[in-house]
Order: sequence, then structure tokens, then C-alpha cells
Amino acid sequence: MYSEKVMDHFSNPRNVGEIEDASGVGQVGNAKCGDIMKMYLNIEDNIVKEAKFKTFGCGAAIATSSMATELVVGKTVEEAIKITNKAVTEALDGLPPVKVHCSCLAEEALQAALWDYATKNGLEFEGLEEPKEDDHHHD
Amino acid sequence: MERIYFDHAATTPMKEEVLDAMMPYFTENYGNPSSVYNIAQVNRKAVDDSRASIAEILGARPNEIFFTSGGTEADNWAIRGIAARKGRKGNHIITTKVEHHAVLHTCEYLERHGYEVTYLDVDEYGLVTAEQVEAAIKDTTILISVMYANNEIGTIMPIKEIGEVAKKHDIPFHTDAVQAIGQERINVDELNVDLLSLSGHKINGPKGMGILYIRRGTRLCPLIHGGAQERGRRGGTENVPGIVGLAKALELTYADFDNKNRKIREMRDYLIDGILKEVPYARLNGHREKRLANNLNISFEFVEGESLLLLLDMEGIAASSGSACTSGSLDASHVMLAIGLPHEKAHGSIRITLGETNTMEEADKLLEKLPAIVQRMRDMSPLYEDFINNKK
Repeated sequence: MYSEKVMDHFSNPRNVGEIEDASGVGQVGNAKCGDIMKMYLNIEDNIVKEAKFKTFGCGAAIATSSMATELVVGKTVEEAIKITNKAVTEALDGLPPVKVHCSCLAEEALQAALWDYATKNGLEFEGLEEPKEDDHHHD
Repeated sequence: MERIYFDHAATTPMKEEVLDAMMPYFTENYGNPSSVYNIAQVNRKAVDDSRASIAEILGARPNEIFFTSGGTEADNWAIRGIAARKGRKGNHIITTKVEHHAVLHTCEYLERHGYEVTYLDVDEYGLVTAEQVEAAIKDTTILISVMYANNEIGTIMPIKEIGEVAKKHDIPFHTDAVQAIGQERINVDELNVDLLSLSGHKINGPKGMGILYIRRGTRLCPLIHGGAQERGRRGGTENVPGIVGLAKALELTYADFDNKNRKIREMRDYLIDGILKEVPYARLNGHREKRLANNLNISFEFVEGESLLLLLDMEGIAASSGSACTSGSLDASHVMLAIGLPHEKAHGSIRITLGETNTMEEADKLLEKLPAIVQRMRDMSPLYEDFINNKK
């Protein structure tokens, strides 16, 4: 059911862990739907130097977390804001339809960590919005 | 890689003897049992003999055994067949919150068509009591449907006692025994059931074959309209190879039953004890004793079930989960929520269901691999991180 890339990122997830004194931390999701994602970013000179994650969730949730951290490292904050769930999904060669919501979670976790960074530093970025409480809804 | 199959509640491999029994009815004995000419008579006899053999095992009469396309059809038929009866005294059905979807979704369908359904709560082990059932009975109750044993957590319901209540109030009683057959000896009279659903592929028999036992005198409408097969109550040319295979599978299941059952039960208990000892923050779901011989269902805190299954699969071990992520829906299992598990624990359960070909070496391999797999997932879980930080 999963692509080889998803299975690769699930079985060998990149960037698992925490960053002490991270520039930004974001946690999204809830236990009700079975996914919680926590993203840590280190940002220096407006560039994402390091990203780590911890995820409670299914194979797709772990793979999208891993891929999102890979995509974000090296990006400017402005570029990082533009990383979408679609980009994460495409980088993984797609997800089964029922799992697409997991990629939304990865995008949201990234946004939440960037928002945390921005508010801590009194910065404003175009297109970056405050994460909504429990912003992980299913249709 | 050596493959270990621990998902016998999902389906089972068909036995060679069953296949051998079925084979002639695909090829040389192709006749339609309803035909009058000589070459069809062997098929008629095969169906009759199979029905008689099944009836004897279940303590029923042959004319109370009806063949269906599986457990799901049997459940649908029992419930919708009773509901559709002319002159029924009401529109109220009693069932439980932990039934298989074949029952639950049928009841929900009837609710949308004007029927009233009471879904009984279960306790922390997944049990309802006969008293609960009795208290839910109204003047308008036309059916009680309670599963024999739960497919996820293996809890065995007090069917005999519920059957007595149903009998006392003269209300038809259906039980979905799809998971119980093969693990329990089933006698329809001892159980006081009027309707009982079975499936072939859970007992090393063919897929696409099931049975509805209908006690003599129980009135219900057909679900599948058609020819005069099954004495006019279920249309469609008989699946002769399937019927022969199901009868053979049932016969083999109850040959040397006690011995096989004891071995599986011992392996189950060995695994339950072993897992709870080796893995911290784990709990057994379902009842410890009132439990199918081949079922263990364990929740591991802070992790999600599908991830565990994928990692087990990489070790060649096939198991199942009540996790939302494996069911195609996003909600945690209705059974896990009904026994009162919070969502995060409901998502982190795995189900191991044993079969007679599983070995102690296979059980040991699971005990060897599982603790590290759970720990690996916990190490990347933010819930575990919070838990450890709070403990400090």
C-alpha cells in the first residue's frame, strides 16, 4: 500500500529527535485521530540549519515527518513557509488517499514551528499564520 | 525470510484435505444439484451429506442449516430477515456496541428505515450481561443479536444466559459466532440460540462460504430472492465445492479438538505473560479468562498500532491492529472505545490470533522482536517524551 520511498522513510526515518533550545518548536495533531507530530527547527541567519521531529502515528505520519525535515533544511524561512503537504507527498512518490491527511499534519507542524520562531523573535513573515488550536480536522 | 502468520481471526489458510474434498466438484462433478438427471445426483447428495454433517456437529437438524456466501450475508439475513417479517409485533432490536460491522452497519441501515436499535454498553472487558439485555427488552422488541465472541479483543459473551432471557420473553436470538467457531464447541440447543452465523474461511475452509443456522419455527424473510434452493429461503445455485469444503473444514476443526484447543490456549497465555513481562506500559485488552483460545490483544502506550505492524511485518511477522490507520477510517476502533480506552491507547493496540500450525518457536520469535520494536517507536513518540519528562 505504501511506496518504496514511504517505507524507506518509515523504516529509516531521518532527523528523529529533539533540539535543545530550538529556534522554533511546533506540535500539531491529536490522539483522537491517532497522529501527533512535534517539529523542532534551528534557524540561523534566516536559514533552517537543522530540523528534528518526534511523531506518534502511523507509517505515513512518520514518513511525512521525516521527509518534511529533509525538505526544510537549507531553506530560508520564506522558502520553508511555502513547503506544502503536496510537496511532501510528491517527494514520497505519493500516499494512499486515506493517508493524505498525514501530510497535512507535516505541513502544519512545520508552520507551527516557524510561527514559534517568528513570535519568539518578534518577526513577521508573509503567509505565515498562527496555528489554530487543534487544527487537524478530517472531512 | 521465514514468515509467521499470527492473524487467524482475519482469515486462515485452507487445508489440503479441504481442497482435495472440494476439487471434484469444480470439474467432473459439475452438475447443478437442482437438476433431475443422473449426473446431478452426486451433487445433490454432496450438498445433503454436507448439511447433515454440519448439523450433527452443531447439534442441529439438517433442515435448520442454510448456506450463504459468508458470515456477513448470514448476519445481514438474520437481522434483516427478522425485521422484514410480516405481522411483526414491533420495530425494536437489541444489540451491543462491540458487534462486527456486518451486524452494526445492518442495524444502522435499519435505523435509517424506521427501526429502533438499542446498542448495549459493555464493561471494561467488553462484556454485556443477560440482565442488561433483559432490562432493554420492550413490548416492541423483535430481535436480540449479541456476538458469541468479539473479533478484536476475543471476549466471550454470556450467550447461554442471554439465550435464556430471549427464550423467556419469546424473542428471537441471533448470535454472530464467526470468531467463536473453531475456538469453542458450539451446540445450538445448549446456547438457546435461534439464529447463528458462521463463516468457512476462519476455520481453514473456503472463502465465500457461510452458514446461517435457523431454528425450526423461527420465521424470517429471505434476503436473497431467486430459485427454490435452500427450501426457497435463499436463492442461487448452490456453491457445491464451497459447501463440501465448509463441511470438511468443520469436521477437521472438531477432530482432536480438545488437544488442539489446549495447545493454542497455552501458547496464548505464554504470549500474554511474556509480552506483559517484557514490555512496560502494556495492557491486555479483553477478559483474561472469558476469552477465545487463540486471541490476544495488547495496547502499548505512546505508540500507534500500524507502525508496530509495519515493523513486525519487516521481521516477517503478520499481525493485526485495532488502529484507525489500518482500517481505512480515521477513528479508533469502536471496540476499543467501547471498553473505555482513551484514544491514544485505542490507537496503540495489536491483535495476535493463533492457529493450529503456529509453533512455540514462532511465539518466541515474537517475544524476542516485539520489545525492541515497541521501544523504537516510543523513542520517536512525543507522547513518550512528555511522559518521561513528567516522570523526572
